[in-house]
Amino acid sequence: MIETKKIVAIGGSAGSLPVVLQILQTISPNFIIPIVIVLHRLKNTPSELDKIVSITRSDLKLKEPDDKEPVYPGYIYIAPANYHLLVEADKCFSLDYSEPVQYSRPSIDVTFESMAAVYGADLSAILLSGANNDGMEGITRVIEKGGKAIVQSPVTSEYPVMPAAAIRKNPAAFVCTPVEIIGYLEQLNPF
Amino acid sequence: MTNEEVDEIILLLHREHGYDFSNYSPASFKRRVLRVIALNRIANFYDLKFALVNDKKFAGHFVQEITVNVTEMFRDPQFFSALSSRVLPTLASYPSIKIWHAGCSTGEEVYSLAILLHEAGLLKRSRIYATDINTAALEKAKKGIIDVRLVKEYTQSYIKTGGKNDFSSYYTARYDNAIIKKELRESVVFSQHNLVVDGAFNEFQLICCRNVLIYFNRVLQNRVLNLFYNSLAPLGFMGLGIKEAILFADIKNKFDAVDNTVKIFRRKD
Repeated sequence: MIETKKIVAIGGSAGSLPVVLQILQTISPNFIIPIVIVLHRLKNTPSELDKIVSITRSDLKLKEPDDKEPVYPGYIYIAPANYHLLVEADKCFSLDYSEPVQYSRPSIDVTFESMAAVYGADLSAILLSGANNDGMEGITRVIEKGGKAIVQSPVTSEYPVMPAAAIRKNPAAFVCTPVEIIGYLEQLNPF
Repeated sequence: MTNEEVDEIILLLHREHGYDFSNYSPASFKRRVLRVIALNRIANFYDLKFALVNDKKFAGHFVQEITVNVTEMFRDPQFFSALSSRVLPTLASYPSIKIWHAGCSTGEEVYSLAILLHEAGLLKRSRIYATDINTAALEKAKKGIIDVRLVKEYTQSYIKTGGKNDFSSYYTARYDNAIIKKELRESVVFSQHNLVVDGAFNEFQLICCRNVLIYFNRVLQNRVLNLFYNSLAPLGFMGLGIKEAILFADIKNKFDAVDNTVKIFRRKD
């Protein structure tokens, strides 16, 4: 099996779905680095995954992880509705049904923090459009642990509040347009 | 807080108070510890250690707070409707039905299950044993009191499960509370049981344990799934949280999947 130590985390709220879809539509079929996507959504609705799968390409390996499932290269994981998604030191997913954080479950902060602790400099975390403050603390943790923090530029965000808050708190974060984010991901892949 | 400091807390809780959290999922356990520290405005790691050793009341409170007690009625309506359509018809063939709800927290899912049994005409010959590690949560569960502000959401979830009646027939509203009807409460026996150390105590046709295994590492998940297997009658059913898997347990081949999307399994023999 092809090995990669790297991992990508993407967090988005209101207005982020079009950007996520754009990323998924343009990504190379050989993209080996696992991607973990956390999107805010309504609770007790059936899986968002089905919707994403139906409007993206059939060659992508998209999955909502089960608890304690190992993180595999080449997979794109979507955080299941109504759970926080964490990654343990042994690089397995762990789900958590505790209180919402910043009114959100899944919380972007929770996933970013836990992945920053495990992956350190191997993590690239990308925060997209949104209308609240989730992700701001998570981006701080990513930078503290030596990871790459990227925030969608507020001018290109349908809802700029979330990225603007993260940028204000984290001057070290890279501010990118969706096109630049896609370009960054392309050069990250070893193939 | 470093991982080593978390390990020290785990060691201390075991040594001083007999609670073993060493096989809990580390990432979420650490979050719980940080949450309790923030809620109780504890200044640093040493203050926490000092309080855990010297303040018995605080230590008890800490253990209650560290376990997750978030729950709701009819969470995952598709799970409950699968239970109604695929499990209850089989349970109906037993003269008396014994059910274990493990990790019941404040009881919301236990009462959801009791409502389904009532609507299937099975409640009168059912006995639900609901257990949790957390005695404060159990006390709350026994009272059957729910916050009236949540009733609207629970009603919607109840309707999504395909509920047959008016949800308001299952509770009495009083000021800010809704109290679960007596006949539902009387079908449940609540008692303390710690999945980490306690063993089998009866034989059941159905065990529900939803969103509890997620807080355990694979070692402890394996122990608990073996405990459930040994507590099930032949061909007994087991319902887990919809994102919980038995794939990593040594006894996975001793269960058949009844419904793999909502994680209902059945003991093979």
